[in-house]
Amino acid sequence: MGIVSRGFRGRRREGGDELPPGQYLVEDFPVLSAGPTPRVPLDRWEFAIDTEDGQTHRWSWQEFMALPMQTPTVDIHCVTKWTKLGTTWEGVSLDVFFEDVESAAEYALVYSYGGYTTNLPLEELLDGKAWIVHSFDGEELEPRHGGPARLLVPHLYFWKSAKWVRGIRLLNEDSPGVWETAGYHNYGDPWREQRYEGD
Amino acid sequence: MTAEHLDGNALAGPLGEIFAVDVTAAIGRCASCGLTGPVAALRVYGPEPGLVARCPGCEEVVLRLVRGPGTAWLDLRGTVSLRLNIPD
Amino acid sequence: MRRRLVWRAARLHESRAETATARTLVFDVPGWPGHVAGQHVDVRLTADDGYTAQRSYSLAAPADGERIELTVETVPDGEVSPYLNEVVEPGDQVEIRGPVGGWFVWRPESKAPVVLVGGGSGIVPLMAMIRARRQAGSRAPFRLLYSLRDQDSRYFAAELRQPEAGLDIAYLYTRATPSGAARPAGRITLADLAEGGWPADFEPDCYVCGPTGFVEAAADLLLALGHPPERIRTERFGPTGG
Repeated sequence: MGIVSRGFRGRRREGGDELPPGQYLVEDFPVLSAGPTPRVPLDRWEFAIDTEDGQTHRWSWQEFMALPMQTPTVDIHCVTKWTKLGTTWEGVSLDVFFEDVESAAEYALVYSYGGYTTNLPLEELLDGKAWIVHSFDGEELEPRHGGPARLLVPHLYFWKSAKWVRGIRLLNEDSPGVWETAGYHNYGDPWREQRYEGD
Repeated sequence: MTAEHLDGNALAGPLGEIFAVDVTAAIGRCASCGLTGPVAALRVYGPEPGLVARCPGCEEVVLRLVRGPGTAWLDLRGTVSLRLNIPD
Repeated sequence: MRRRLVWRAARLHESRAETATARTLVFDVPGWPGHVAGQHVDVRLTADDGYTAQRSYSLAAPADGERIELTVETVPDGEVSPYLNEVVEPGDQVEIRGPVGGWFVWRPESKAPVVLVGGGSGIVPLMAMIRARRQAGSRAPFRLLYSLRDQDSRYFAAELRQPEAGLDIAYLYTRATPSGAARPAGRITLADLAEGGWPADFEPDCYVCGPTGFVEAAADLLLALGHPPERIRTERFGPTGG
């Protein structure tokens, strides 16, 4: 540990039992960016699932909005150590999108407008664990938070919840995404504090 | 928000932990569009979860740097070359 | 050849207010290797439970042995700058890594005319260049264009008020002008740079520092006046400050 600066406390607040190890609580909603914020007009927006044998399932914005909506309230944990409790979103469970998709793939690579990617085992996206969301806290999702639509996978560190989501590619082999190829953990479980490669 | 990024000057400290010469004054060539210019003129996003430096011409990623406990990961695949001035 | 950077313990010697929201902090840094005008440092604060926060700040003056000066604007809701403005006292310690940055620098050997364009706290590394010029007895002709909100937000006010041979200063107020000022309040314009800078055929080195929007606008205006891109050096203060 470095030299302690007298009287410095920082912005963080004490964590409790409900927080994963090493996390601290925030009330605001920090924005982290790795590039310019993409602006995606709704009439050109689409979401796709590409299977390992080359089939593509597509949804336009209208088709997406016609699917059955859920409003999950979840805790989110960023690898940069902030946790935000009780966030409420509105969107469609990925189980709905996968209803008519035939696949034996084990891995998923999520890709976004603007070029972002992140990988996870396909099973982490199923069984009510993940959504494509278009609203946060009752309001349309702002572009800086991933609007018009982002992935929400709250049981993993939040970099897996890709902003500006555009599609999911199903793969037989795992293919690490943007942060997973630059030192971050391949799986990213906040409760096991899997921040960096080797954790 | 118009001020999303910093510039490559902000890489001087983090890269100075790794290299013995100042890399921000080096002239780099973008692997995507071929633009050459000083690392100091790149558009830098971050610093968390990692520093991402993009080409001011085409916005492709030129350099990435993630700093974890006791480790740094440096990704230069967006850079064709770096020309550094080194005293003989 | 420079050695790899390390964090050094720095002890606050004294501090003085520049404006209602900015302070100059003078630190003693044992082992300080010296620096060039325009370079910056990283400052790291550590809490007693190990939590750390780190920010970059420009050096405001040439080194006086192992003594260095930073001028820091308080960012509302910031984490490091409010500590440096309101909490730290003489004798307290922080960690400093530097100097860093070899691009946005002015060296006293250079004889070329210089145009300095600063927006808000972007004046700080430019002030380091003005002070380095004075200290070296350089005769390189300098012109400073200082864009700021109003008179009360002026850094280094007393020092810049002293006439100095070879240094011309234009204040560009964006919100409120002092009584009798000819220029109306407003953002930097082509006319400001044409009148207050050097013509492109004098081949000046141009240094632009400030918030990202200001830097982009000023650099575009310099290009429009015919200054070649390789003579325009920029440094942005971005959204991650504080």
